[in-house]
Amino acid sequence: MTQTTQTSGALHGVMAEFDSSQEVVEAARSVMAQGFTKVEAYSPVPIEELNDLLHKTRTRLPRFVLAGGLTGMAVGFGLQYWASVIEYPMNVGGRPQAAWTSFIIPSYELTILFAALAAAIGMIVFNGLPQPYHPVFNVDRFAAASSDKFFLVVESADPKFDRHTTTEFLKGTGAKGVYDVEP
Amino acid sequence: MANHDHSATAVLERPVIGAGHDFETVTETVAEIPLSSRTPLPWIGLFLAALGLFGMLQMALGVLVLTGIGIFGTNQPVGWAFPIINFVWWIGIGHAGTLISAILLLFKQQWRMSISRFAEAMTIFAVACAAIFPVFHTGRPWLAAYWLFPYPNTMGLWPQFKSPLIWDVFAVSTYATVSVVFWYVGLIPDLATMRDRATSAVKKVAYGMASLGWRGSARHWHRYEVASLILAGLSTPLVLSVHTVVSFDFAVSVIPGWHSTIFPPYFVAGAIYSGFAMVLTLAIPIRAAYGLESLITIRHIDNMAKIMLATGLIVGYGYTMEAFFAWYSANPHEKFMMWNRMTGQYWWAYWMLISINVVMVQFLWLRRVRTNTVLLFFMAIVVNIGMWLERFVIVVTSLANDFVPSSWAHYSPTSWDYMLYAGTFGLFLTAFLLFVRFLPMISMFEVKTLLPQSKVKAEH
Repeated sequence: MTQTTQTSGALHGVMAEFDSSQEVVEAARSVMAQGFTKVEAYSPVPIEELNDLLHKTRTRLPRFVLAGGLTGMAVGFGLQYWASVIEYPMNVGGRPQAAWTSFIIPSYELTILFAALAAAIGMIVFNGLPQPYHPVFNVDRFAAASSDKFFLVVESADPKFDRHTTTEFLKGTGAKGVYDVEP
Repeated sequence: MANHDHSATAVLERPVIGAGHDFETVTETVAEIPLSSRTPLPWIGLFLAALGLFGMLQMALGVLVLTGIGIFGTNQPVGWAFPIINFVWWIGIGHAGTLISAILLLFKQQWRMSISRFAEAMTIFAVACAAIFPVFHTGRPWLAAYWLFPYPNTMGLWPQFKSPLIWDVFAVSTYATVSVVFWYVGLIPDLATMRDRATSAVKKVAYGMASLGWRGSARHWHRYEVASLILAGLSTPLVLSVHTVVSFDFAVSVIPGWHSTIFPPYFVAGAIYSGFAMVLTLAIPIRAAYGLESLITIRHIDNMAKIMLATGLIVGYGYTMEAFFAWYSANPHEKFMMWNRMTGQYWWAYWMLISINVVMVQFLWLRRVRTNTVLLFFMAIVVNIGMWLERFVIVVTSLANDFVPSSWAHYSPTSWDYMLYAGTFGLFLTAFLLFVRFLPMISMFEVKTLLPQSKVKAEH
């Protein structure tokens, strides 16, 4: 099933195809054990183990969301305080201008709003999306990555990468097919 | 979502979806509905009917803007009638979608995965319908911008932040925005599936743009799962806050029957109750029409009916406490309010809602009733009528007969009130039918996580 190698130009990497989460995780373990460092996996469902295996880092998204939420709270409270106390104080029955208890709800809602937008936008931007082009889409079989197949790519940027030996190694991990990924 | 958690509990639980599914069959069952080039005939018929009602909405809104809100039956002393009833009713319906996608996610209820997508869509369209009422009840919606939203305008005016009506603006607009964001984030991986399966160039480009170039890499999924969990965590208090704030519109006032501390939990329970009724009203015909019985199983229907029963009982408790408070308060106006609800000019509405929300809901204790989809479909519609009547009773009886008998009056809606309300069904159905036709209505990647193919054994 190996694609015929057309060009000798630089590749993005070599891609191996698997049938299940179990298989791709086992392959990822042996690839990492071999000392490869620039490896990425693609799957139709989230597989928590893959990120731990391949990247060993966790996202800074939660801190970004916290910052978003705190900004929302400050904006919400600041807006109300400024509008009701400084910009347009209105005396209704002698009640205090800085009635902080009644400012809680809009402050709370803006906390949630800013935090949720930070979570969604942060996820998209940290993931480098929107990104219409990526080399992996050059492999025809990759269309199945969003349906029922699992893929592992050893990238050519990896210092241990060698087109021939990496291909042979991936074939030995139980891959259903190994393909060159054009850049 | 750690996969080993799934495998540990999967052994103990009955399977959530029907037997015989693998990744490919799930993709095919769900993705082929929007990708098919043939539009089913019943869809076209329903869509035309929905467009007709939607046209009526636009006509009624046009007349309303040109003439003024005098065309409504709303008048002193009932200054808050159909617009607020319909607003509260539609907002309440939306709550089930967020409950399914956020609260049940935090509780790891795997059965939510088959129904979350279209329940969230229902939420968004219901909130859109709800928003029409307060905005157009202002009579001059183009001025509502500075009445409702704080922005620097040439008159130097600001909204009154000490009013529950402004809290409501913040609560509902945040709710609408977060619901759309949550729904879209949930759609991204499935839009990528649609992009990869589409055969026509137009669909490939459209789904491809919408999916933002999603590749499903390990890094993508890691950030995605973190973001989903955070969004669920943020939406959970949000959904509880929205109907709480809606209930403050009433509870912060001094009108008998409104000025009550039980309103926030009672309103939230009522919202979830009516929301699940609407999810059932939509899910039962959809699973039959599109042959989705193996993904939306009888267990889903049964579970939704159970939630309806539980929240219905809370609502029944709310009615009991309202009556108890009225008696125990020893306040003549409160006592009169309750007596007037039961025996006054709108007695029929009160007893209808009691027979639906307190009596009929008891039949859901029976498994036979919960699994009879035809019966449940009609019961769900009746529940929504009951919940509409609840808001009618709360709003109209308290205003029509308040403190001073000389100001009492009878309220009756005009044909414009009815047309506007029926018209919002047109908007809702038009949007929902378009969603069913063009987007995957079941979250494919989430359903796939239930299958053995996605399980990973821990390293020895």
